[in-house]
Amino acid sequence: MSLKDWFAQRKENTQAEKQLDAEGMNRVADEQYAKLWHQCFSCNTNLPKKDLEDNLDVCPVCGYHNRIGAYQRIAQLTDTFVEWDAGMTATDPLLFTDTEPYVKRIADAQRKSKLNDAVITGLGAINEQPIALAVMDFAYMGGSMGSVVGEKITRAIEQAIALNVPVCVVTASGGARMQEGMFSLMQMVKTSAALARLHDAGLLYLTLLTEPTFGGVTASYGTLGDIIIAEEGARIGFAGRRVIEQTIHQKLPADFQTAGYLQKYGQVDRVLKRSEIKTEMGLLLRLHNTSSGKLAHSQAYQQLGLTVPDTVLQAEIALHKQPALAHNH
Amino acid sequence: MMSTPSAVSPEKIQPLDFEKPLIALQKQIEALATAQNNSEGISNQLQTLQQQAESLRQEVYGNLLPAQRLQIARHPQRPNTLEVIQALSPDCWIELHGDRAGADDRAIVGGIIEFEGQPMMVVGTQKGRGMKENLVHNFGMANPEGYRKALRLFEHANKFNMPILTLIDTPGAYPGIEGEQHAIGHAIALNIREMARMNVPIFSVVMGEASSGGALGIGVANHIYMLEHAQYTVISPEGCASILWRSASFATQAAEALKITAQDLTTFGICDAIIPEPQGGSHYDTASAFEAIAKQLKIGLATFKDYSAEALKNQRYEKYRSIGAFTEK
Ligand SMILES: [Zn+2]
Repeated sequence: MSLKDWFAQRKENTQAEKQLDAEGMNRVADEQYAKLWHQCFSCNTNLPKKDLEDNLDVCPVCGYHNRIGAYQRIAQLTDTFVEWDAGMTATDPLLFTDTEPYVKRIADAQRKSKLNDAVITGLGAINEQPIALAVMDFAYMGGSMGSVVGEKITRAIEQAIALNVPVCVVTASGGARMQEGMFSLMQMVKTSAALARLHDAGLLYLTLLTEPTFGGVTASYGTLGDIIIAEEGARIGFAGRRVIEQTIHQKLPADFQTAGYLQKYGQVDRVLKRSEIKTEMGLLLRLHNTSSGKLAHSQAYQQLGLTVPDTVLQAEIALHKQPALAHNH
Repeated sequence: MMSTPSAVSPEKIQPLDFEKPLIALQKQIEALATAQNNSEGISNQLQTLQQQAESLRQEVYGNLLPAQRLQIARHPQRPNTLEVIQALSPDCWIELHGDRAGADDRAIVGGIIEFEGQPMMVVGTQKGRGMKENLVHNFGMANPEGYRKALRLFEHANKFNMPILTLIDTPGAYPGIEGEQHAIGHAIALNIREMARMNVPIFSVVMGEASSGGALGIGVANHIYMLEHAQYTVISPEGCASILWRSASFATQAAEALKITAQDLTTFGICDAIIPEPQGGSHYDTASAFEAIAKQLKIGLATFKDYSAEALKNQRYEKYRSIGAFTEK
C-alpha cells in the first residue's frame, strides 16, 4: 500500500467512526481503542492495528519494522509449512537460580509467548520450492539460544540434508541462554558442525538476520550463510553496544551495528525491506536450484502436500533403474 | 625467539586472599624453626603448628569454591601458552605469524612444535607475564584477525596431516569497535565450522579461564582437557551477574550457578579429562604441571592414532551432537 493510499483509507475510516459517534451507536471504549490502535515507536503516529498488520507490521508512515513472531514470519515467507519437533521443551540441567529459578522463567516465558521455546523449525515451500526453515522468536526469553534452539536447528539441518533441500535460518536473539551455561555455548558447535555437513553436501544456506541478532547466534549459524540478508532496521553484532562502550570508553556512532552499517563493512549481502524478502528468497532459491541441479527428494513435496514435479519423479525413477548403484550387495 | 619460562620460586608467589591464613601459619612455623631453640616446648609447639597447617591446607584446598578456583585460574603467575609450548617442545618452536590479510594479532600465537617426535600445530590465546607483555598480547583477548590467523594455521595443519593442539586461556574475544567492523562474529563462526571439518585430531586444553565465543573460536576438538582449576564458561561470572543479578558484585553466586569447573564439565560430558595440578595451582610447581599436560597429550595422541579422517570427523560430530538438555512431548 502506498503512503497516499494509506492516508486516503485512514481518512475514510475516521469519517466512518465520526458517523458512528454522531449516531450515538457503539462508541469505541477507551480500552477497545487501545486494542485497535497502535502508536508507532519511531514516528509516534497513531495507526489502526489492522493497517499495520496489512502492511507486514511495518509502519506505513515511517517504514519502521516492528518485531514479529516466528509464526507470523513463517506465514509471510512461505506458502505452506509443516512444523517439526513442536513438542520439544527445555529442562534445567544446571538447576539454575538467579533472582528466580530457571524453571519458573521457562514457565513464565511459555505462558507469555505461547511458545515452547525460542525457535520454530519445519519444512516450508516458497513458490513451490521446498526449504527447511528455522525461525527464532524474540518473545521467548529474548530469543536466547539454549539446548532446544540448538537441537531443533541441528535436526532441521540434518533433515534438509536427508531431503536434499536448502536451509534458511531467521535469527532474532540476544545470544546464548545463560541459564543453561556451557550447554548453551556448545549449541554453537552443534549447529555449526551440522552446517559443515550441509556445506559439504553443496546445499544452499541462507540467513536472514532480524532485530536483534547478537552474541553466540552471530558467532555461529547466524553469519555462516552462503548469502546473508539483513532486514531493514535490524541491529546485528557480537558484543553488545554497552559492553563495547564500557571497554573502550568512547561513544559509538548512532548507526553502529545497524544493518546498513554491517553492509558498509562487508558483512551482509543484502539489506531488504520486509516486503521484499519473500520475493527475493524465492528468486535466490530458483537461481541456485537451477544452477546446482539439486532436486529436493519427493518426500519433501509429500510432506508439504504438494504435487511431486515430473523432473523429481523422473530423476528418482532413473536412479532406481540402476540397481547396481542403488543396491550394491 | 621466545622468552624463557619464568620459574616462580615459592617465596615469590603472590598469595590469594583465601590462602592468607595458611601463609601466616607458615611464617609462624618458619620463625619457630629458625629460632634454633631445641627445647621440648618449642619442638612440641612446632609439631602442633605443623599439624594445624596441614589440616588447614586440606581444608582450604580440599573445598575450593568455584570463585576461588577462578582466582587460581586467573593467577598472574599461572603458566601461559608460550611457557607450555616451551615445555612441551624445548628444542623446536617455529612461530608462524599473520592472517595474510593485513594483521598479526598477538593475542593468539601459533606455530609448529615437535612433541615426542610428532610434529604438531599449536595455536593458543596468550596472556602476557606483566603489563608490558600483556599490552603486546592484549591480555589474551583476540580480534577477528587472530581467529583468521588461527584458521590459516588449522588449514596448514590439515594439509600436512599435523595433529592440532589448542591452548585456551582468555577472558573472551576483545569487545571493540574494530572487532565489530571486521566481523568478529563471523570469524569465530567460520573457525567453529571449519574446525568441525578438519581431517586431523584436534586437542583443546583449557589452561586458565575460557570464556564464551572467544574461547570456542579455537576450541572445537576431538578431546577437551581441562586443568584441575581451569574454568570454561558461556559468559564471565561478572558479566552474568551484571545481567541476571543486575550487579557484578554477585559474581561469586554466578560462578557457582553457571557450573563452570573442570569437575562439573566432566560430569556433563563436555570435558574429556581433568589434568591434575600441584596443590594450590600450577604456579606452585610449574615443572610438574607441564609434565601432567604432556602426559595427557600423549594419551590423547595414542587414542586417535589409528583413526581415519572420516572417523575423526564423525567422533568430533558425535561429541557435540550429544550435548544438550531437553524433553519431548
Ligand atoms: Zn512510524
